[in-house]
Amino acid sequence: MTPLPTGSATHPGTDIAAPRLAKKKFLHDAAEHVRDTGHRAFVRKALGGYYTTRDAQKARYRDYEQARDAASLAKWSAVNRLDELLPRFAENFTANGGQVHWARDAAEAREIVLGLLRGARAKAVIKSKCMTSEEIHLNQAMEADGYGVVESDLGEFIQQLRGEPPYHFVFPCMHVRRDEISDLFQKHLGSPPTSEPEELTMIARRHMRRLYVEADVGITGANFLVAETGQISITENEGNARLTAGLPRVHIAIAGIEKVVDRLDDLAVLLPMLATAGTGQPLTCYNTLYSGPRRAGECDGPEEMHVVLLDNRRTEILADPEQRDSLHCIRCGACLNVCPIFKNVGGFTYGTTYQGPIGSVITPHLRGLADWNHLSGASSLCGACTDACPVRIDIHHHLLHNRRNAARTAPGRFERLGHRLFVAAASRPWLFAAGGWWFRKSLGLLKALRPPLLKAWLATRDLPPAPPHSFRSQWRRR
Amino acid sequence: MSSTRMGDARETILARVREALRLPAPPPHLQSPALDPAPTGSLPVLPLEAARPWLPDGGDSPEESRRILGENLARLKAELHHVADAAAAAAFLADLARGRNWKRVATHGHPLVATAAATLACDTERVDAGPFDKDALEACDAGVTSCEVLVAQTGSVLVSSATCGGRALSVLPHVHVVVATADQVVPTLGDALHAVRERHAGRLPSMLSFITGPSRTGDIERILVLGAHGPKELIVLLVG
Ligand code: SF4
Repeated sequence: MTPLPTGSATHPGTDIAAPRLAKKKFLHDAAEHVRDTGHRAFVRKALGGYYTTRDAQKARYRDYEQARDAASLAKWSAVNRLDELLPRFAENFTANGGQVHWARDAAEAREIVLGLLRGARAKAVIKSKCMTSEEIHLNQAMEADGYGVVESDLGEFIQQLRGEPPYHFVFPCMHVRRDEISDLFQKHLGSPPTSEPEELTMIARRHMRRLYVEADVGITGANFLVAETGQISITENEGNARLTAGLPRVHIAIAGIEKVVDRLDDLAVLLPMLATAGTGQPLTCYNTLYSGPRRAGECDGPEEMHVVLLDNRRTEILADPEQRDSLHCIRCGACLNVCPIFKNVGGFTYGTTYQGPIGSVITPHLRGLADWNHLSGASSLCGACTDACPVRIDIHHHLLHNRRNAARTAPGRFERLGHRLFVAAASRPWLFAAGGWWFRKSLGLLKALRPPLLKAWLATRDLPPAPPHSFRSQWRRR
Repeated sequence: MSSTRMGDARETILARVREALRLPAPPPHLQSPALDPAPTGSLPVLPLEAARPWLPDGGDSPEESRRILGENLARLKAELHHVADAAAAAAFLADLARGRNWKRVATHGHPLVATAAATLACDTERVDAGPFDKDALEACDAGVTSCEVLVAQTGSVLVSSATCGGRALSVLPHVHVVVATADQVVPTLGDALHAVRERHAGRLPSMLSFITGPSRTGDIERILVLGAHGPKELIVLLVG
């Protein structure tokens, strides 16, 4: 199997090695992206159908809002009993014949997976979509150790060939045009050019089939870990995860510790909610529960199954009761699909594994508020994310909470000065009126002078003409 | 990695979790009055039964469930065919194989499947009669399986590794044909989970998979394409 390029740490869209640069990069990329109207229109169009399909499916619920309550409660009661449910999952999964591994951080998780690959004498590894593996940069580590690894999810495969991380954690290559995909497949797979999505999909399908059969290890993520029965649940549309967990000799699943749910029954609510909010489907095409390796009497399946439980600072979020509910996230992607900021700045601008509103909430926790607080500002606070969230995470308020927390630890001197001046003026009517008069008179001058403070703002916007009279005098006259 | 370090990691993570949970979280923002935590001060653990009337309908009678199943399968671009009995299922399958010019069809030992495949004129490959060749299975035109249950609410077919020919049969061949009896239709996902637990009491199969329509992707410009990595077609034969 030819080794394929993977997202490198220096690529514009990847997690940044030097986080001090994160904010600078964000501002630069956002400005660049916003100017690219063609790209914005393309992304908007790609997401355009989402609302219609989702709303049609929502209408089939007898009470969607109450179903959201049920989903929210299922996750609330699991996350708040993680101390009890996490060991229970591990115990039951072990009793089913699986092996559990605990990873405090990304490095430990990588080391565990590499150890398992060595133990299995793996030659070829196939992967299905797994955001936690993006989080821990597993592909780079595997390649550095000489393992060939292929992403089997179509979107992830395209991104792997492009050497880019996912653009959107549910729709990894939604920003790529079909002709670019055709060129990519021509170059890497030697396929004939085509502009048909169907034909392009079939090219990837044919290419991948051999690899499933040849791979000795399959790596997947997990959407839920069921404590009661010791099963993991994987949600997917393409069937690639089924093949990844079905054909190779060893199956490794990597999951964040917050994925635990209490009972199998919880999935009867969570699975349809995930599908409806994420893509507007009644249920995603394959929802599969794995309880361990192949059992006696079964005709296929892996000989070994491993689950790697990853903390990687999730416990830091858990320790913040106010924002603990951001661990309820089932990664449906709905908040990205509806976010005006996401649609304008694009997925790569965030520079994070998890993009969009929920990424902006959790990344400062996972990677440090000092360097990632600018993401809390990447919101118009319109609340579209909170409305869309199937498990009722208070997303936009958490962005506000992060702004508040950041201001507490590192108050901005200019902001403070500005507020002081405002308070001084606002509590003295004569001063307020005088300030207003001066401002109305000098607005034209300001526009002409373009002082550095206003430059960025004026670059893409126009100042309105100043009204002849103050609001207060207009009010008095009515 | 040494086992002590593993043990350390487990202990460290669980200690962090316990420490983190010492401060209670505020209750979630719920809209349903039925779930108001006020009277007891603590939130109820919601039984599935309570959520059932909010989720999509699965029908109150077997007839209604079958009707909903049919509607959902049609929306999912799966085929549903009603056949009178096992012999009719076999005739249907034989016609299908002839019409599509299938060379080789994969099956397993379930009685419904065995009867349905008995009159096939083409080659057959049984996956559960000793170790099977993955390449041979990949080359099959279709895989015929039984199922645990069919779910009206979502239009899903629930297959298991224990009773439906293992893990690969329902996903590797290009067409998936499911043979089921009409009494295998259950209203909701909750009922389906209940049924498999009853059937495999205390020993769940290593894989349970809800298959909801043929394999699909929207990864290229969000345009729907069927048959991404799994079957392009899902055909359900409902007997009786
Ligand atoms: S925060 Fe809510 S809407 Fe956003 S991905 Fe997570 S579950 Fe979906």
